[in-house]
Amino acid sequence: MVPTNYYVILSAILFGLGVFAFIFKRNVITIFMSIELMLNAVNLAFVAFSQALGKLDGQVFVLFVIVVAAAEAAVGLGIIILIARNRQTLNVERVDLLKL
Amino acid sequence: MTAPLVVFFVLAGLAVIGAVSLILQKHPIHSALSLIVVMVALAGLYLLLGAEFVAAVQIIVYGGAIMVLFVFVIMLLNAGIEEHTSISKMAAAPGLLLVVALAGFVAATIARSSDSIQATSQTGEMSSTLGISNMIFKEFVYPFELTSFLILVAVLGATVLAQREKS
Repeated sequence: MVPTNYYVILSAILFGLGVFAFIFKRNVITIFMSIELMLNAVNLAFVAFSQALGKLDGQVFVLFVIVVAAAEAAVGLGIIILIARNRQTLNVERVDLLKL
Repeated sequence: MTAPLVVFFVLAGLAVIGAVSLILQKHPIHSALSLIVVMVALAGLYLLLGAEFVAAVQIIVYGGAIMVLFVFVIMLLNAGIEEHTSISKMAAAPGLLLVVALAGFVAATIARSSDSIQATSQTGEMSSTLGISNMIFKEFVYPFELTSFLILVAVLGATVLAQREKS
C-alpha cells in the first residue's frame, strides 16, 4: 500500500505548481487552466484522505467539485470569449481598463 | 519496493512532469495537452486508491468535456504564443517565493501530523461505487439536486455571455 503522506505531498506539489502557473502565465486561457490544475490537486487530497479514513464522504465531495469545475469552465470560457472580442487580445496585461 | 508503490511513482512523476510542462510551454494548446496528461495520471492514481467511479468521472468530465471545451476555445480564438513583458518576468520571482513558502508550510503540516494519518490508513476496502451512489441519493440528495440547478444557471450564463450582440 502507498502511504497517504505520499498522496498529500504530491497534491501539495501539484497545487504549488498551479499557483506558480497562475502567477507566471500571461495568457488568460492558460491562467484558467492552472485553476483547473489546483482543483485537481485538491481532489487528489480529498480521495487520499477518503481512503485513509475509510469513509466515502471525500469521494462524494470530489464529484461535487468536478460539477462546480464544469460549471466554472463553461462560464469562464464565455467570459474569455467576451474579453477576446472586446479587447482583441488574450494577454492579461493588455486588459487594463481599470488601471490608472 | 512493492508494485503499488512503483505504479504510484510512475503516475506521480507523469503528473508532475505534465504540470511543469504546462508552465514551460509557450503555446496554449501545448499547455492544454500537458494538462490532459496530468488529469489522466490523476485518474490512474484514483484507481490505485480504489476510487474507480471518481477515476471514470475524472476521465469523462475532466479529460473529455472540460478539456475539449478548452481546446475548442483556444482554436476558436486562434490563441497564439504568449508574450512576456519585463514586468511579467519579474513576477516569476515572488511567485516562486510564494510557492516555496506554500510547499514548506504544507510539508511542515504533513510532517507534524504524519503519525495520525499513517495510523488510520488502509482501513476500509469497500465497493466504492455502491457506497457513493448510496451517499449521493440518501445523505447528499439535496446538494445533488442543487448542483443540477447550478449547471442550468451556468449554461444560461455561458449562452448569454457568448451571444453576439445584435446591432
